[in-house]
Amino acid sequence: MSQALLTVIGEDRPGIVAAVTQALFTADCSIGDASMMRLGGYFTIMQVIDYSRDLGSVEMALDPAIKRLNLRVHLDPISSVAVAADLPNTRVTVYGADHPGIVAGVTGALAAIGFNVIDLESESSGSAERPLYVMVIQGYAPDGIESVRQAVLPLREKEGVEVGVHPLEAAVF
Amino acid sequence: MAVLSILTYPDARLQRKAEPVQAFDDALQKFVSDLTETMYAGPGGVGIAAPQVDHPQRIVIVDMRPKLGEDCHGLMVLINPELLAWEGMVVGREGCMSVPDFTGNVIRAERIQVQAQDVFGRERSYECEGFEARAVQHEMDHLDGFLFLDRLVSRKTDLFRRKNYQKSR
Repeated sequence: MSQALLTVIGEDRPGIVAAVTQALFTADCSIGDASMMRLGGYFTIMQVIDYSRDLGSVEMALDPAIKRLNLRVHLDPISSVAVAADLPNTRVTVYGADHPGIVAGVTGALAAIGFNVIDLESESSGSAERPLYVMVIQGYAPDGIESVRQAVLPLREKEGVEVGVHPLEAAVF
Repeated sequence: MAVLSILTYPDARLQRKAEPVQAFDDALQKFVSDLTETMYAGPGGVGIAAPQVDHPQRIVIVDMRPKLGEDCHGLMVLINPELLAWEGMVVGREGCMSVPDFTGNVIRAERIQVQAQDVFGRERSYECEGFEARAVQHEMDHLDGFLFLDRLVSRKTDLFRRKNYQKSR
């Protein structure tokens, strides 16, 4: 089994996931971690696939769906890197009037304390006159949640956004 | 006392509905002490339900002290438990001894009132909140054949709820 990272982008419409995954199934691929979501007016898929034949046969299997749904597809072979074991221990939520620099400011402060972003989701919303930006980051803070608070809370003033820092704890019962 | 073996998903026995306990006898007390020992030996060590050890009776044990210290009820043996009241909703990440290596977000009530019998058949009532309430709800689900996998919600749920609310004004 070899692994590849498959990226798919296309104008959003019903049937994209079905067409792509059906093609992968017929090409003897199996799907691992996946993120499939609409961004703007586009539907995006990023997923790890295990394939048993060669990448060319995966591309061939995807071809009819690509043409029919006008998709852009990218396949990157990846070496089987061990799955990272660090689980997110902190959630950082940010929202405020949208303006350039929010993400760079927040993630820069997080990077400075060695915070590993595991998951970042954001949305621009609100009206055209009053755009709103909302971002939720989940990640691993090696020095604990207090270090995250000290790093990002000053951004409330500097960027004029609301910032929340919350512990993320998986309770195993 | 003995550590019992834990059923893991996908084992169809985890999906059975458990039967009420009727006999509060020596066998029950022995089983409850084995189940308690099994709970403490587990990776979470804070909660267990009888169906997890292939014993389909309505018995739940929760002891949040390893996680919460004295800020909880300590060891609760809940036999034939019923939720009397609940309020608030909160998203939290859960794992389960019967579902190794996976955790997911689940919505639970923030505060609950639960009525149950103890190992001698006496009626007891507890008010729980936070992690303890979550543990009780998680374990009681096992009695009806539910795993937390049946209640998974998207990471985005808490974000979207607010947004939909704003849109609907």
